[in-house]
Amino acid sequence: MESVRYLARNPVWLLGLGLFIFFSVTTSHFLTAYNLSNVLFQCALVGLLATGLTPVIISGNIDLSVGAVVGLSSCLVIGMQEQIGLAGAIAVALGSGLCLGLLNGLAVERLGVSSFIITLAGMIGTRGLAFLYAGDTSLSAIDEQLYDLTMLHVGPVTLIPFIFLTAVLCFQWMLRRTVHGRNTYAIGGSRSASTNAGIPVSRHVVINFIICGLMAAICGVAMAANLGAATPSYGKDYELWAVIAVVLGGTRLRGGKGDLIGTFAAVLALAILRNGLNMLHVAPFYIPGIMGLALIAALVLDRQLNRASKTAE
Amino acid sequence: MSIAPQPLQSQPEATQGAIISLEGVGRTFPGVIALSDVTFDVLPGEVHALCGENGAGKSTLMRVMAGSFPQDSGTISYRGETVTFASPMDAKRRGILLIHQEISLVPELSVAENIFLGDFPKLRGGRLDTKKLYRDAEHVLEDCGYDLDAHAIVGDLSLARQQMVEIARATAFNCSVVIFDEPTGALTNQEAEALFVTIDRLKKRGVGIVYISHKMKEVLTLADRVTVLRDGKVTGTLSGEKITEREITRLMIGRSLDSYFHRARRRIGEEVLRLEGFGVGGSAKTVDLSIRAGEIVGLYGLVGAGRSELMEAVFGLRKITSGKLSWCGQLREISSPKDAVRLGIGFVPEDRKEQGLVLGLGARDNTSMASLRRLVRFGFMDTIKEQSIFEKYRERLEIKVSTAKTRVGTLSGGNQQKIVLAKWMATAPKLLILDEPTRGIDVNAKAEVHALIGELAESGLAVILISSEMPEIIGLSHRIVTIYQGEVTGDLAAEHVTEDMLVERVMNPPERFADLLIG
Repeated sequence: MESVRYLARNPVWLLGLGLFIFFSVTTSHFLTAYNLSNVLFQCALVGLLATGLTPVIISGNIDLSVGAVVGLSSCLVIGMQEQIGLAGAIAVALGSGLCLGLLNGLAVERLGVSSFIITLAGMIGTRGLAFLYAGDTSLSAIDEQLYDLTMLHVGPVTLIPFIFLTAVLCFQWMLRRTVHGRNTYAIGGSRSASTNAGIPVSRHVVINFIICGLMAAICGVAMAANLGAATPSYGKDYELWAVIAVVLGGTRLRGGKGDLIGTFAAVLALAILRNGLNMLHVAPFYIPGIMGLALIAALVLDRQLNRASKTAE
Repeated sequence: MSIAPQPLQSQPEATQGAIISLEGVGRTFPGVIALSDVTFDVLPGEVHALCGENGAGKSTLMRVMAGSFPQDSGTISYRGETVTFASPMDAKRRGILLIHQEISLVPELSVAENIFLGDFPKLRGGRLDTKKLYRDAEHVLEDCGYDLDAHAIVGDLSLARQQMVEIARATAFNCSVVIFDEPTGALTNQEAEALFVTIDRLKKRGVGIVYISHKMKEVLTLADRVTVLRDGKVTGTLSGEKITEREITRLMIGRSLDSYFHRARRRIGEEVLRLEGFGVGGSAKTVDLSIRAGEIVGLYGLVGAGRSELMEAVFGLRKITSGKLSWCGQLREISSPKDAVRLGIGFVPEDRKEQGLVLGLGARDNTSMASLRRLVRFGFMDTIKEQSIFEKYRERLEIKVSTAKTRVGTLSGGNQQKIVLAKWMATAPKLLILDEPTRGIDVNAKAEVHALIGELAESGLAVILISSEMPEIIGLSHRIVTIYQGEVTGDLAAEHVTEDMLVERVMNPPERFADLLIG
């Protein structure tokens, strides 16, 4: 009963399932182990961003700079490898994400400016840093070490999707079972009530930004590893897909409500849709339009169902 | 407790000449009968008060009258004709205005723009006739006897003045029925007086007034007739001499509440909090105050006298500009609520929905919100312990909630307030600051909260009680400290305090009472 109600409140699972069945029936190449692992891989990159972004949005903020962090960290991990070795390069790349997250968080909390504006500025500035570092060129990896990492696998799942799945579970646990997670919901639900309860509001908000920056950097490293190269424009528009996935997954844009299971389902549904349209040989220029329409439809449906469940209470 | 069935007062006949009259009106919501067979009418130039506990159906009745939703059964006649209101706008256009508890003005616009919102004077080509707008607005304000600047931005005005704007709007639209829903909730006594004068003016102009209030005193002074609702039914309509507090209460809850207050036994312990030369905000005035374990200190003053500000500073929500704070004999600095909670201070804020609770979260999550630190084991949250603590308070405070996950936004005011109290009790505080703890909750819940406050003090907690309701503050406190414009004007043993003594001390310059200070 509980799970039925959960599904009714989170129709994105139904959407994903419907798409899955639809494409399984209409195309012959969709339902193959190869293609499904492909879908999982495709969703992992945006998925890492959306996972990091979910707690930020639940706490009532937003981080639009994640796509730019992907660009910067991917350039750093490729560019630094020659000088300081692979481990060092990865550390620097992840560190950059962490620091930018910290900066975003501190700016939001200390300046009291809305996170939308702060991270919009952060997005432009970070992208600028990436171009400063790499110039207007593509960087190539000096060897295959980084690429080889992506070939590691746990059972049938390769490393990048594995990191994504692990992150989803960890974040879900964090939100549900840790004090930090619980306070994140409280802050998003009512900041003043949280302050009044003695919750260190700023600290929790900053922590969420740091985690979010770190996840973006992980995404950047993963992208660079997978392609063995990086350009400063990597991750462009990814912040938008991440926000869409989080909202489609049932997280309220104003904060206070949401979870990772929904975000995960939404990321999966989006990847299935994109992949399935490719499988149907829909001309590439139609795909963004179709996805846009599907998104609006899904959000309208979500609204209707939520309203229905609210009046039923 | 079983409630002896009371004979229902005979239902009044639809009075001749009523502006609006409802007959046999019923309204059902999924699972709830909100109104059933209600007969109610308003005569021109009378104040008809509507009483009842929360959930008795007052708001539903009022919304039906104002066109927010239609009734399921029964008829409404307005000026002698049977009508159906299509929308609140429709009702308003016909002359029925609802003045809400929550003020519904556009804060960014000026007073004049708000008064004529929806009906701006236009020039040719759809241009706004600014001159006429402000001229008319000034006319309306003058008519009401309000000293308001038509150009002032509404968001900059005090709540009382915003309400004046709403009333001015009512007169501008030439309303024939005005429904007031808890209008004095946020007003000082003087502001309330001004409102009563306005109501009187409206009466004289032949406007029919429906007055909804929890405050018995207002009902007794203002009302020409009183109709009491219980569980969606009219339990009686009183008029003239029959309007007494006792009778209204009996009709409201089906029994009389005689022994309303029990003052907690005095079992005073060590000093918990001491303020010396304590100053808040820009004012140069400072406060000295001391409170001991087991003591209930009432803090009484008008809204704006600085009582809430003072307590917010103690709780770390405001900066202290001067003075010292000692906690259990040691000098301390409290710079944030976090510090305050660690020391053992709990704060039940006046604005329950905004500052006391996270409405979208469940009852359990709200209960444990301030004590999560105690619920951590090896970095995990001990959800089993959390649940058992919630169950403990749910039982002890008789919180009526269907499941631990029920969102608190859906609960009644009384249950919400109990959850706020449970939240602080779970932190095992030494001092509890209560700012208007019974505002907007029904009579029974009120009595329960009062009893709880007494119990807490008897168990050794220090309690600071801020309340605008004099019977409450006199009935519960051991000591009452009065505040006038940021200064302490009295420190009185509560047993001998009368309402007049309090009123004098919060309305007049403090010099006169310097010699009366005790302690």
